[in-house]
Amino acid sequence: MRTFDYARAETTGQAVSSADNSAFLAGGTNLLDLVKIDIMRPDTVVDINRLPLKTIERMPDGRLKIGALVSNTTLAHDPIVRSDYAVLSEALLSGASTQLRNKATTAGNLMQRVRCPYFRDGVSACNKRDPGSGCSAIGGFNRSVHAVLGTSDKCIASHPSDMCVAMAAIGAGIVVSGPEGERTIDFLDFHLLPGDSPEQEHALKPNELITHVILDAPIRGNRSHYLKLRDRASYQFALASSGVIVATSGGVVQDARIALGGVGTKPWRASRAEQSLRGKAPTQANFEEAARIAFEDAKAYKHNAFKIPLGQQAIVRSLTTVIA
Amino acid sequence: MSKPNEAKIIGASLPRIDGPEKLSGAAKYAADNHLPRMSYAYGVFSTIASGRIQDIDVSQARQMSGVLDIFHHGHFPTLYRTPSSMEQENKVDETRLPFEDDKVYYPGQFVALVVAETFEQARAAAYRVKVDYASEKPIADLEQALATGEQPKPHGESGHERGDPASAFNQASNQIDVIYTTPMETHNPMEMHASTAMWDDGSLVLYESTQGVIFARNTMAKIFGLPVERVVVHAPFIGSGFGSKLWIWPHAVAAAAASRQIGRPVQLVVPRQQMFTTTGHRPATQQHIQIGTDAEGRLVALSHETVNATSMVNTVAELAGRCTPTLYSCSNVKVSHATVRANIGTPTAMRAPGAAPGLFALESAIDEAAVAIGMDPLAFRKLNYTEHDEGQDLPFSSIHLMEAYEKGAEKFGWSRRNPEVGSMRDGNELIGWGMAACNWEALKQDSEAHVSLRSNGTVYVSCATQDIGTGTYTVVAQTASAVTGVPVDRIQVKLGDSTYPRGPLAGGSWATATVMPAIAKAAKAAIEELKTYATGDDGPFQEASMDDLQFSDGQLSDGNGKSITFGELLKEMKLANADGRATTSGEMNSDYSYNSFGAHFVEVRWDPGISRLRVSRVVSAIDVGQIVNQKTAANQVEGAIVMGIGMALYEQTEYDPRSGLPVNNNYAEYLVPTHADQPPEVDVLLLDHPDYNFSEFGARGIGEIGITGLAGAVANAVYHATGKRIRSLPITLDKLMA
Repeated sequence: MRTFDYARAETTGQAVSSADNSAFLAGGTNLLDLVKIDIMRPDTVVDINRLPLKTIERMPDGRLKIGALVSNTTLAHDPIVRSDYAVLSEALLSGASTQLRNKATTAGNLMQRVRCPYFRDGVSACNKRDPGSGCSAIGGFNRSVHAVLGTSDKCIASHPSDMCVAMAAIGAGIVVSGPEGERTIDFLDFHLLPGDSPEQEHALKPNELITHVILDAPIRGNRSHYLKLRDRASYQFALASSGVIVATSGGVVQDARIALGGVGTKPWRASRAEQSLRGKAPTQANFEEAARIAFEDAKAYKHNAFKIPLGQQAIVRSLTTVIA
Repeated sequence: MSKPNEAKIIGASLPRIDGPEKLSGAAKYAADNHLPRMSYAYGVFSTIASGRIQDIDVSQARQMSGVLDIFHHGHFPTLYRTPSSMEQENKVDETRLPFEDDKVYYPGQFVALVVAETFEQARAAAYRVKVDYASEKPIADLEQALATGEQPKPHGESGHERGDPASAFNQASNQIDVIYTTPMETHNPMEMHASTAMWDDGSLVLYESTQGVIFARNTMAKIFGLPVERVVVHAPFIGSGFGSKLWIWPHAVAAAAASRQIGRPVQLVVPRQQMFTTTGHRPATQQHIQIGTDAEGRLVALSHETVNATSMVNTVAELAGRCTPTLYSCSNVKVSHATVRANIGTPTAMRAPGAAPGLFALESAIDEAAVAIGMDPLAFRKLNYTEHDEGQDLPFSSIHLMEAYEKGAEKFGWSRRNPEVGSMRDGNELIGWGMAACNWEALKQDSEAHVSLRSNGTVYVSCATQDIGTGTYTVVAQTASAVTGVPVDRIQVKLGDSTYPRGPLAGGSWATATVMPAIAKAAKAAIEELKTYATGDDGPFQEASMDDLQFSDGQLSDGNGKSITFGELLKEMKLANADGRATTSGEMNSDYSYNSFGAHFVEVRWDPGISRLRVSRVVSAIDVGQIVNQKTAANQVEGAIVMGIGMALYEQTEYDPRSGLPVNNNYAEYLVPTHADQPPEVDVLLLDHPDYNFSEFGARGIGEIGITGLAGAVANAVYHATGKRIRSLPITLDKLMA
C-alpha cells in the first residue's frame, strides 16, 4: 500500500469534483485488496458511503431503480428482485462469500477488476496494468480466469462478475453523474472489450460516478435461472456461467435472454443464440443449437479450451431448468 | 490407580479443553504478542526465480516515515547455519540463511527486510525498495527439471528391494505399467507464519508459530551461536501447520536478527503470497508403478519408483513409496526415490509426507490391476492381504486392516456395487464407488514431562510439545486424569514453551503416543512424592509405609478407612505441591513393525451434462490402536478426509513455465474444499484396538492416516463413474471432459 489522501464526499457533486487519480470507495472489497498489493495506486480515495444511494425502488413504468451503494446481500434478498428477477438474486448469491456480499455494492460490482494473476502480480507483462508491455496470459497459465469470447491479442482476462451477467440478460441502464451532468449508459455498452486498449475497462469518463442501475421492466411471464459452473462448490469465480430468462407461450419461445460469465472479457450477451430460439419450440435440440451459436466465435487458449463445451453445457442446462 | 476410572477417561468423548480460549479470542498466537517498543518488519521478495541481485537501492525507502532499518545481503549480520540434525533436534529443510549472498534460487525468496514503526509503514517502504536483478532462465517445475537431462539424484537410504521384481514382472500373466503425477501442494494453514522476536540481555525470546518449540529453540541457538539456555521459544497456540511449521524458515531468522540489530522487538508476519514460496510445500512427484499379478490375482511383482522436484539449495525427497514394501504380500518388490532440482522454494513435510501422494498412485494402480483381471478391488486387496511386514520381515505389532475392509464395506454397502463402469445413476448423475487402503508408520519419540499435585486441589502438567489444533491439550489432561483420578476441569495443562520439560515435535502423528507415557510416569512420580510427604515427619500417614498407601480419585488412603485428598494433605503439611518429573524413551521393541491402517470407501457423483464432480459420501474405517478421545480423534480423521478431497480434486500450486513466478498464490485461486464441498455423509469408524506392543496406552496417533489413500479412493470412484482413469492430480473437470 502507498499513502493516499482520504476524502469523504457528502454530496454527489463533491464526489465528482475530486482530484485527478482518485478512486471512489464504496464496499472496498476489490479496491482495498488491489491497493494493498500495490496494483491500484490512487492519490486520493474518496469515500462515498454517505451518499444517499442505498435504496431500491420500483419506478412507475415497472423498471427497478437500484442505488449504487445497495449491498449485494440486500439486492439479492430484495423481495422484488427475488420475485421478478430471480436470475439476478441467484447470480449474486453464487458470488464471493457472505462477508464479501455484505460489504460489496452494486456499483462496486460493476467496477470489479479482473482476476488474471499476471495483472495482480505487479511484475509480469500486462497491458491492462502497464499498457504496451504485453500479455503474459497468452502463452502462460490461462485455465480458470481467462476468456474464450471477446479476447484480443492484447488481453484475454475474463470478467469476474456474476451480478453483471444477470444484469446483461435482464437489460439495464447505468446512471452516472459527472462534472458535465447526468447521463445513462446502456448496460451492454458499459464494459468495453479489451481490443487494443485493455486498460480502458468501462465507458465512464474521468470523475464520473455511478449513482444507480435501472433494470428493465421484467419480461411478462418469464422464468429465469443463473447456473454457475466451477471446480469447487463455492467461493470460486465462474469457469462458465449462464444467466437465462425465457418466456414461452403456445409451446414456443416468445423471448429468450442468454448471458454468459467466466467465458467472456465482459459480461457476455449471446444475442444470436437468443435469436435462434425465438419462435421455436423449447427442445433439447434447439437449446443445443443455441449453445453452439453462442460460441461460434470463441477462441480457445492453451488451458481453457474446455470452457467452450462447458459454457455450452451451462446454456443447455440452465434453459432446460427454466423450461422444466 | 483406579482401573475403571482410567478406562472411562481414556477413550472418552471430550470437547477440547482449549476450546473456550480459542472461541473467546483469549488464546494468543505468535502475532498476537505486541511487546513494548515493538517494530514491524515486511519482506521484499524476489520477483525472479533464478539469477543474481545486481543492486539494491534503498535510498527512497529509507527516507519514508517510520522506517528504522532495511536489511539485505549487503547489510545483515553474519550468522551460522544449523547442522540440520533430526537427532540433535535442530533440523530445518532450508539450511541457507536469509541474505547470505546475492543469489536468487527461487521466486519469493527474501531479498530485503524493511523494519519500521508500524506494519503499514514497513510494507509501504518495502514496495519502494528497488532491486535490480540479473535474471537467468529458471527451471520452473518438475517437468522442466526432468527435461534438463540432469540425472535424478537417488535417495539411497529410503529404497527397498526384495526378490527379483524385474523378471517377476516380465513373467507375470497380467501387467500394469503406469505413471502417476502429483502436483506441488501448499499447506495453507489458517494462521500465517509469524515471528515476534525480542532480545533481553543477550538472550532471544521468540514467539513463533511452530510445531516444535524445542526444535525452534535449538535451531535458533545454532544459528545465532548461543547456548540453548539463552533462547526461549513460545508457541502455546498455533493455527495449524500441516508440516509447514515443523522447522524454522528464513523469516524467523530474519526477524530475530533484525531485532538484535535495531535493539527493539520485531514482528514479522509472512504474507499469504509468500506462504506459497518460502515456507515449504509438498513437492510435485512423478511415480512409475509396475504391478504384475498371476492368473488368480496374486501380486507377483511390485515396483514403485518416484522422482520429485526439490530446490536448488537443499535436497528433500518425497518418500512416495514408503508404504509399498509393507501394505501387500508380494515376494518381488522394488521401491526407489530420487530428486531433481528446480528454481522453487525448498519442499518440506506436508500431512502424511510420501504416503499421501504415494498411496494415490499405489492404490490407483492396485485398482487398475484388479479391474484388468475383472476382479472386485476389495476382493483383490483381501487376496493380497498380509499381517506380516514383508519389507522388514517382521510381524505387525497390531493390525486390523481386514476388519477395516469388512466393517467399512458393510457400512458403505459395497456389496451393492455394480462393477460395470457408468452403471450406477441417479437422475442426471453417474455414481462411482471406489475404495483404497490407508497406511502410516507408527512412531514415538523421547519425552519429558512435569506433573504437579497442588495444594489447591488442582493438577498442573507441563511439557514442551505443542497442540497444533489436534487436541493435544485435552489428551494430556485425560492422561493426567487417568493416573490421578482428578477430573480434567481441575487439570491445568501447559504446552508450547521451550522452558518446559523437553517434549516432541508435533508431527509424524507421534505427539500423543510420545507424551502419554511421559505424562503418566510424571504423574506417578508426583504421587510417590506425595506418599513420601505423607509418611514422613508431620505426615498424616507417618505410621504407614509408602507401600501401604493407595492413591485413587485424588485421595490417599491407608486401606484402614483413613483417607485424605492430596490438596488437604499438602495444605495440612504447609506444602505447595508434590512434583513428579519423568523421562520416557521412544525406543520400540524391534520384534515388530509398527503401523496404522485403514480403508476409505468413497462415492462420487459426476453430472456429465454440466461436467460437475462432487464427493457425496465417505466411509473410513481406521485402525490406530487405542482411541484416546473419540471426539478429537474423529475430528482428525474427518479433517484429513476433507484435506484428501482437496488433494484429489482441487489443490495444485502453479508456477508460470516461463518466468517461474507463482500464479495462484492466494486463497481465491489456490482451491481447497469449502464448507459447501463437504460430503453430505462422512462416517468415521474408529476400530479402537489398543496396541500394547507399541506402548502401555496402546495409542498409535491419528493425525495423518486419514489423508493417506483418500485421493486414490476418489480417483477409483471417478473411474467407476466415468471410465476415465485420471493418473494426474488434481482430478479437475477439464480432465474428465477431454
